[in-house]
Parts: sequence; structure tokens; C-alpha cells
Amino acid sequence: MSDFDISVDGREIPVEMGQSLAAAMTAAGITTFRRTRVASRPRGMFCGIGVCFDCLVTVNGAADVRACLEQAWPGDVVSTEEPTDV
Amino acid sequence: MYDLIVIGAGPAGLAAAEVAAADGRVAVVDMNVRPGGQYWRHSAVDASRARGRIARRQRMLSGVDYFPRHRVWNIERGDRFRVNTLSGQRDPEPVVLEGRAVLLATGAYDRTLPFPGWDLPGVMTAGGVQSLWKGDGVIPDGRIVVAGTGPFLLPVATGIAAGGGDLVGVWEANRLGRDAVALAGNLAKAGEAVGYAARMARRRVPYRTGAAVVAAHGRDRLESVTVAQVTANWRVVPGTRRRVACDVLAVGYGFMPQLELAESLGCRLVPGVDGWPVVAVSATQRTSIPGVYAAGESTGVGGAVLAEYEGRLAGHAVVGSRPSARLLAARGNAQRFADRLAKAFPVREGWRGWLADDTVVCRCEEVDHAAVTRAVAAGGVDPRTAKLLSRAGMGWCQGRVCGFAVTCLTNDDRSALPVSRSIGQPVGLGVLAGEGEDGD
Amino acid sequence: MTSERYGIDLLVIGAGVIGAAVAHYAAETGMRVTVVDQQGVAGGSTGAGEGNLLVSDKAPGPELDLAVLSARLWSELAAEVGGFEYETKGGLVVTSRADTVDGLVDLAARQRRGGVTANRIDDVRQLEPHLRDGILAAVHYPQDAQVMPALAAARLLDHPNIAVHTGVTVTGAVTSHRGRVVGVVTSQGQYSCGNVVVAAGAATGQLSTVLGAPIPISPRRGVVLVTAAMPPLVRHKVYTADYLADVASDDSGLQTSPVVEGTPAGPILIGASRERVGFERTRTQPVWRRLAAGAVDLFPVLRDVPVIRAYSGFRPFSPDHLPVIGPDDRLPGLWHASGHEGAGVGLAAATGRLLTQSILGELTDVDLAAFSPARFEERR
Repeated sequence: MSDFDISVDGREIPVEMGQSLAAAMTAAGITTFRRTRVASRPRGMFCGIGVCFDCLVTVNGAADVRACLEQAWPGDVVSTEEPTDV
Repeated sequence: MYDLIVIGAGPAGLAAAEVAAADGRVAVVDMNVRPGGQYWRHSAVDASRARGRIARRQRMLSGVDYFPRHRVWNIERGDRFRVNTLSGQRDPEPVVLEGRAVLLATGAYDRTLPFPGWDLPGVMTAGGVQSLWKGDGVIPDGRIVVAGTGPFLLPVATGIAAGGGDLVGVWEANRLGRDAVALAGNLAKAGEAVGYAARMARRRVPYRTGAAVVAAHGRDRLESVTVAQVTANWRVVPGTRRRVACDVLAVGYGFMPQLELAESLGCRLVPGVDGWPVVAVSATQRTSIPGVYAAGESTGVGGAVLAEYEGRLAGHAVVGSRPSARLLAARGNAQRFADRLAKAFPVREGWRGWLADDTVVCRCEEVDHAAVTRAVAAGGVDPRTAKLLSRAGMGWCQGRVCGFAVTCLTNDDRSALPVSRSIGQPVGLGVLAGEGEDGD
Repeated sequence: MTSERYGIDLLVIGAGVIGAAVAHYAAETGMRVTVVDQQGVAGGSTGAGEGNLLVSDKAPGPELDLAVLSARLWSELAAEVGGFEYETKGGLVVTSRADTVDGLVDLAARQRRGGVTANRIDDVRQLEPHLRDGILAAVHYPQDAQVMPALAAARLLDHPNIAVHTGVTVTGAVTSHRGRVVGVVTSQGQYSCGNVVVAAGAATGQLSTVLGAPIPISPRRGVVLVTAAMPPLVRHKVYTADYLADVASDDSGLQTSPVVEGTPAGPILIGASRERVGFERTRTQPVWRRLAAGAVDLFPVLRDVPVIRAYSGFRPFSPDHLPVIGPDDRLPGLWHASGHEGAGVGLAAATGRLLTQSILGELTDVDLAAFSPARFEERR
């Protein structure tokens, strides 16, 4: 079923061509995409359509990428732990 | 220079583009990877098979300059419209389109109400869960609860069930009169033989009315929810709370139109059927600003069929061709149907009683209910002042998610709903400075 | 509509930071104060302000005297009232232009003589590691501070002797046979009071006319860019020496000069622009370009930092760039506290204290002659 892999916090997960980063991460059972600035609370995908900005991840060094809007590509390296805001 | 720049590739935008492309030069700009917006969302697999409806919709873009993955952060008005977009997220590139007219077909997003634990991973909007399924072919693992209000909960639920998800049930907060049930059943308008309610009954999925999810629980992710019966005004009926174990909550309370581009262009906003602001348009989809048209959810949430009709009307208006009487009549019918539907599933104020002091209200800035209450007491009489005093609405999403709740918790003035966002999408300072543009 | 209110010792029109400060100091002396505002608390310039308390941008003269007193009073208010994010972050004025070095150095020397601490900095990167190359001169002003202006107004108004009535529009003054003010007429009825303060910011031009005592205050628009929350990249309020020339000019066209400052909450605020466009909030795109370009020039690291919001504020501009503080001799009982342009938050504490002293007939800590409302009247 999977067309290629991407790496999320060092872990390889399968992706189908055309899936968003958020979808691939959700399918792999990843629910925490980042931690909040003030209370360090976990956040994951919420609105799914690019409005809420909860799903921000770092992709190949680019920070503050909305995972629900971003198509996954082979070899993508995603990090949920780098500070995407303060 | 385009004759028309369409913002949004959902039903309204695609329909307008198809009509206008016959007589003019048209561009369609859209934030997503594939066309269809929310209502016509489909996956890459669907797109590659290109069958039936999806193929027909893809054809609506033929003869049109199509710009996917482009998000509009501002539109300048002058002797022409300059649509300022950013392409891609990893290395955003500024792309500017110029046109004689613009059509705002930016759709809507789920209306969210805060409740204890709603910020836990695993809690998603109903639209979010549906976008995962329709757009990416993914149903999240584990037990799934659907809750909120509105006819939209039904296709979300049946979609989850059809996709093999473990659907626990649907909790609809409103009590439904006969009218509402008939209307909801009629949602299956696109030629399907069986209504959603019947499908759910077949799968033995409980559909409870007058019941709501009033809290979510879990440490680092959702583990259970508290459901309860609620009164007609959505107050919890004492003694009816109970825990339901689950891993995913798909929650939605209707939709809010995306209004920031209309507002920043100066388009007049008026109260919609439910009292919340929508873009004012003429019978031919003109807004109060010459050259600016609006179609679809931004003129009033009304579903895909109405959006498509409005899009076609806008397309005709832009190129100056007359719409058929049949189109106008069909739009009128769809409008009336949508209005009845909206009135059957209102948000009732009892949700405020579900909030604890430490319930997050503004997710982006982590402002809780107690902080909003303090801001109101300190002089935050309207949403704008409450925002200044509490920071609610000052984060990444600029009040899209919390605006409804903050308005209700301050002065309840629906016309004061914060929609003013002259910077519609985050934009890097270098791009804002005009770097990379011709001549700079 | 015929409701009347009595028993008010001082009526303040305007619930921004100036009105709040006046109300606070008056209330502290025991006066019963009512504050009215068309909108809510901080509905005007105060809500758009960055909250700077600056001595760095003022040449020696009456305004600097006001600023030095105000700085001291704000630190007292931070201790006594608190709750408005008072931060003594300090200001840094820099220039990379050879033709402004002398002006900056000279100004700093004169400011020192006026009581300001102004330290020439050789290695500016010690204070601001991300500042651009090529800075030719830099002066550090440790006395510059910042507050959150809307919170400051709200906190100052939170006093047992102060009542705040929002949503009240003043439509006229009520005068006695002798031509004294005895009250005001409003959209919510009449208020009886023998001492009325006009602290209406950019709306003062119109309001003062309606009251029969016009003061030439008009709006001067400023636009601010707000970024997403960032790690501490910018530690002070940093601006170029161009700012000084900007404040003093009268051109109605767009003027910008770079101002960049970090905030405790994380976002970086970027200014500063000045234009006379009435109360127009749209058509700000050309301003954004210049503000963004100026910020990236000062701090190249900001190039990829996202802006999530832009807003406009309207500074109350008086023709000679000095605030208007004191009694109106055309209408005894009417007092003015407005025209602070971009320095309203910084000068609010002193304005509040001095006007209260003036109303009580006391000797004021700073001479108010230069701020007299009478200076705009035609010589008879």
C-alpha cells in the first residue's frame, strides 16, 4: 500500500503518494505534532484544513509548516520537537 | 492581466471558472494540492483514476490558469486587483496575479466551541476527520465519537463507517423536530438512493439527539469523553453525565465563512440567517465593492449545490452573459433549503456552562476561560478589547478558531465578530518587503 | 435619555491611557471620578500602541522634562498598581549613515545634561547580537521601558473612586450663565460636573469642537507589523536615528524609519510610519513594504520570520508636536490632556499627575506653560 517512507523524529513511516504529512503521521499513530509555547501541552491535527495552525511541524529544516496542507515527498525529514514557536 | 481571478477551487470557484473561461481569461488560486475545496475533496488516488464526478470537476479547470498550493495573503485594490499569493510552505515564493475582477470563493471552516479537554490530540473537527478520509484515504485508528450539531455530522459518520472506522456513535446536541430530520435526510441530494440516517441505522450506529460531548479527558492524548443529555438550551441535565472511552473525537458545530479577504477589501458584511456576518451580495453575486464578487459559503453557509449555482451566477456576471431563468430558480430553491437547514441546527448558549476556569479558550495563545473572564471584568467589553487584555485571538490563527467563543463571552454582538485580518496568511518579512519581485 | 448623573468631582472623557492616568491620580486625592468613552477601555490609540516609555527620542526641552518625570512615576505605578507588563528593557538608537552620526552623538550629550542616561556603545553586538553590520554609532538608553498599554489603562481605571461608563458619546457641553462648564450632554443622558477633562486622543479635534472649545488635534496614522512569537532575537527597542527627523517633520506624505522591538510574549513589533490620511485603515500595503524592508535591513535574521498581523493606529497630532495639557481659558472648568502623538503611553503618568495638580490649584511638578491649550488661539 505504501509508496515511500518519510522520517518523523527519526522514525520511518509509510506514505501513499499524494497524502499530506498530517495524514501519514495520523495513519502511523502519531498524535502529537508539537508542544505549546507557554505550557508545553501536546497538540496534533485539529481542523485539518489549514485554519487552526495546531499541526505545525518542521520539514527538512523549514519551520512552521502546516502538516495538513503539505504533501509528503520521499525522503522528507519531519521534526515535531524543534521549537516551531518560542 | 486576467479578466477574473477566482480565489478558491471548491464548488463555487470551479463553477465560476468554467462559466467565465468561455469568454475571458481566468485564473483559479487555491491553497490546497488538489481542487475541490472541502465539499468536493478527493484523494490523489481518486484524481488519478479520474472517473465520474471527479473527472467532470477536473474538466471545469480546462482553459483556466490553475494555481494550486498558492495561498492569498492580501488583495490590493486599485486600477486593477493585485492578488498577493505565496506558493508552497517549505520555501514560500511570492506570486502576484493581476486581474480586472476577483471572485471570493474561500469557503468556510468548522465552527468550534471550547470545552474542557478540547485541546487534546485526538480531538479534531468534524471537517478535519472528513478531510483525512476524503483527501488522504485515512481513518484514524481506535474508537471514534462524532459530536456537535448539524446535518454535516451525518456524512462524517457514514464516511467513517464506510471507511472501516470504529464509529462509537453520534451525539447531536439539538433536539430535532420532524423538519430537521427530513432536511438532514435530504442531504443525499446527489443521486444517492439511501439517506444518511437510514445508512447509519443499517450499521446500528447510535444517533442520539439532545446529547453532547461536554468534556474530553486524557493525559497526552484523548482517552475518553464525557457525554451528557442537554436541555433545549444545551445545559447539562444533572445526573446524565457518563464516560465513553474513545481515541478520536470528531466535533463540529456548523461552519463559519472565511471573510477576511472580503473584509479587507471593504466589502459590506451583513448578518446571515443565524445572525453571524456574511458577505452581502446582489442577486448576481456582486459585493459592495466594484469588481469583487463572492459565491459559496462566504455569502452564507449553504452547502455544495448552492455554492455551485452561486459560482455560475458569478461567472456570468463577470463576463456579462445572462444566466438562465432555470439557474436563478434553482439557486433560489437551494437558498431556501439551506436557510431552513441552518435554522434547524442553531448553537444554543448553554455550552458556556460546560467551561471550567482552566478550559483553554484561545488555543494559539493558551488563554483560558478564567483569563477571558478577568479581561471582561477589567474593561474588555467587546471582543477587540478582550483580545487586547487577554491575548485571546492574537496568535497564529488570528482569532479564527476562538473568535466565535470570545464574541459570545464578551458582548455577544455578532457583528463584532473579529474578521479583520489584513494579512490573511503568515508572510515572511522578506516577501513583505518585496524582495524577489521584478525590479527589486 | 433624560437620566442625569450627579456627585461627580471630575468627569474624564476618554478611557485610554491618558484618561486613565488622569482619573487615577485624581482618584488618589479622594476625588470621585467618572470616565466616559464612546467605545470601551483603550478603544483608540492606546489599543494600537506599542506601549513605549521613552526618554531616548526627546531632545532637551519641555517634552523631555515631562518624559523624565513620567518615567519615574511609571515605575512607581508599576510597584503600586502593577499588572501591566512593565519592563525596563532599555532602548538602543543606532545609525549606519555617516551623515547622522554627529547628530545622534550630539543629541545624546544634550540629553545627558537634561537628566537622561545615554551611553555610547562601541560593541553593539554585545547588546544586540543579530544587528546588521556597518553600525557607525549606537547609544543605549537604559531608562527606556515598556508596558502593555491596554492593560495599563485597565489597571489604572480599577480604583474604588473611579466609575467607567463605556459606550457613551459626548454630544455637547452644558454651561452656566457665566460661561463655566457645569456638565456634558451625552448619548446616555446628562452628566453634571464642574470639571471636565478632554482626553479623547485623536478624536479630540472633533470632540473639542462639539464642546465649543476647538483644539487642533488630528490623526497621524502609524502602522505596526506583528510577527509570530519568536525566541528572543531582539532584546531592546531598537531604532535608527532617522526616527528623530521623522517625528519632527510635518510632511503629510508617508514617512517611515525602522523600529524593531521584542516583547515578553514573544512577537516582534515592527514600525514606524507616519502619514496624515485621516482615519483610513486600508491601503496600507506600501507602508508594509517599507516597514518590512527597514526591519530586515536592521536585523537580517528577520528575513524569514513570518508576519501574522498588521494594524493601524492613529496618533493624536498637534501642530507643534507638543501635548496639550492644562485649563481651557475659553471655557472655565474644561481641561485638556491630549495631543501626545506617539508618546502618549510614556507621558501618561506625568500628564495625569500634573493635570490633577493643576485642577486642585497646586503648583505643578513641571511647568505646564509650554503645553497650554491657549497657545493655539489667535492673538487678539
